Amino acid sequence: MLNETLGVVYERPHTLTDVITHYCPGCTHGVIHRLVAEVMQELDIQHETIGVASVGCSVFAYNYLDCDFCEAAHGRAPAMATGVKRVHPDKIVFTYQGDGDLASIGLAEIVHAASRGENITVIFVNNGVYGMTGGQMAPTTLPGMKTTSSQTGRDVVTMGFPLRMSELLATTGGASYIVRRSVHDPGHINQTKKAIKKAFQVQMHGLGFALVEILSSCPVNWGMTAHDALDYIKEKMVTYFPLGDYKISDAVKALK
Amino acid sequence: MKELWKGNEAIAEAAVRAGLDAYFGYPITPQTELLEYLSARLPALGKRVFLQAESELAAINMVYGAACAGARTMTSSSSPGFSLMQEGLSYIAASQVPCVVVDVMRGGPGLGNLAPTQADYFQMTKGGGHGDYHPIVLAPASVQEAVDLMYGAFELAEKYRTIVILAIDGNIGQMMEPVELPPMRERNKSDFGWELTGARGRERRIITSLFLKPEELEHMNTALQTKDQAVRANEVRYVERLTEDADLVLVAFGSAARISQTALKQARANGLAVGLFRPITLYPFPDQALARLSERVNQFLVVEMSAGQMVEDVRLAVERKAQVHLLGKMGGLVPMPDEILDRIYAHMPVREEAALTAEEALLAAYL
Repeated sequence: MLNETLGVVYERPHTLTDVITHYCPGCTHGVIHRLVAEVMQELDIQHETIGVASVGCSVFAYNYLDCDFCEAAHGRAPAMATGVKRVHPDKIVFTYQGDGDLASIGLAEIVHAASRGENITVIFVNNGVYGMTGGQMAPTTLPGMKTTSSQTGRDVVTMGFPLRMSELLATTGGASYIVRRSVHDPGHINQTKKAIKKAFQVQMHGLGFALVEILSSCPVNWGMTAHDALDYIKEKMVTYFPLGDYKISDAVKALK
Repeated sequence: MKELWKGNEAIAEAAVRAGLDAYFGYPITPQTELLEYLSARLPALGKRVFLQAESELAAINMVYGAACAGARTMTSSSSPGFSLMQEGLSYIAASQVPCVVVDVMRGGPGLGNLAPTQADYFQMTKGGGHGDYHPIVLAPASVQEAVDLMYGAFELAEKYRTIVILAIDGNIGQMMEPVELPPMRERNKSDFGWELTGARGRERRIITSLFLKPEELEHMNTALQTKDQAVRANEVRYVERLTEDADLVLVAFGSAARISQTALKQARANGLAVGLFRPITLYPFPDQALARLSERVNQFLVVEMSAGQMVEDVRLAVERKAQVHLLGKMGGLVPMPDEILDRIYAHMPVREEAALTAEEALLAAYL
């Protein structure tokens, strides 16, 4: 029989709930959710993990990632995660935040959580736009990029420059693992998964603050097809936000 | 044994003895001694969390996280910082997790000054943040009472899964008084059934304040209102002094009540039938007790260190059955007993049975 000769090579991780997400077609949040879920399963931490969702498109992360969860106020996820982690230092605590949440309204909270070396994991999804509210300019919107609140393109003279968060956070003493990855093609998706796994392992070993910035697409608000949006990451976003390792502490380097 | 303690530090020690697991705060006068005291005290006990946050915004959201994690948690601040906390308090109220906040009130609005006021009354009792909710608000009038209320505050917060605010004015926070501290309470960490600990051996739990469907949000709000009714039915606390035969009743809380008490003694010494009604719970407000009092008493004088905030609740409670006057001191000025006494004289009704006959008045005029 055919079935007896075939094994399962790909299935939904049990850490991902069996529901249809609310994300738009072509959005890469779904890919990143799956990566986090796979890592939770592979590290066998599903029942030790407490997630902190943020405000933005990923506000419903708790509907898809199957673990204990709370939902923070806009930008405050790192502060809320600090409260959870300090009370339960033996549990795994992570935040899942977009660029509006983390780099604009929550800038103080993320910088100080990193500076304290708060032993949490941060999944930072950077798609250069406020998605949930319909595509307004974000702190990471590229110069010249058109959004609903920068309709002739971001003019850096009046609207300022995009913030490079990984570079900024890498300067803090408490940060142990700060890397930027992308999910614009399968190879980069695999590298992103490795980084997410490492970021959780850093926490499991008590090595301090770990953040993975992930360049992500928002086809609907960018006004592009899903495919063109991935090309936009590859050709435009990566130029301003270079992929790479921005800080890896010696203790993290020693992790095997 | 009684010891001399500064208000802020006594409150901090009472919180420790009540089982405080995790404190998050930010420096601001006139509250800072509370933070400083706990910065040394909590780490020395081991397995208790002290963290100085980067802002009051962060502090209240750390409290939010710790509360979701099932800890006995609190923060403390003073008026401008308390304003910053309203966002987090709204989320905490909606999420129905317990916590305690100490607000050592100072002069406002704006940066105001460092002097004691009671002008955060509206912000504390009416919700403060967005949406429909009321924290429980406790207003001690002495350092001892602050200690006693703090000692019971966590259990009260846990009973209703709500916010308990200690309304302290700068006087109570800064003054030293002899107090008897309660014993150190060893808490058996119980499973509340809602806290986040990782879903090992149980269904996972989600704590959120987001309910996109109006029917679901209505359901959550109905639960908050049902809880609120229970709070209003069960938790009203107040003190009445010499109200039985009073023609005029002073209404005041916190240190304004202490000063009113002095004025009351002077008034009684002068033969005036004056009483004092002191709410201990500013929310739930003791409106029914005041309504009962207004069946008999026609004159109320509200003494507040604000432009008049509690006076609105007093007026609502007595529903025009009595005259409600206000002595409000602003800017951090504290009412003096003489000022209160002058106002008592101004509003003191003339007793019919005590009113002089024309003959007596004539006689009195010649004597």
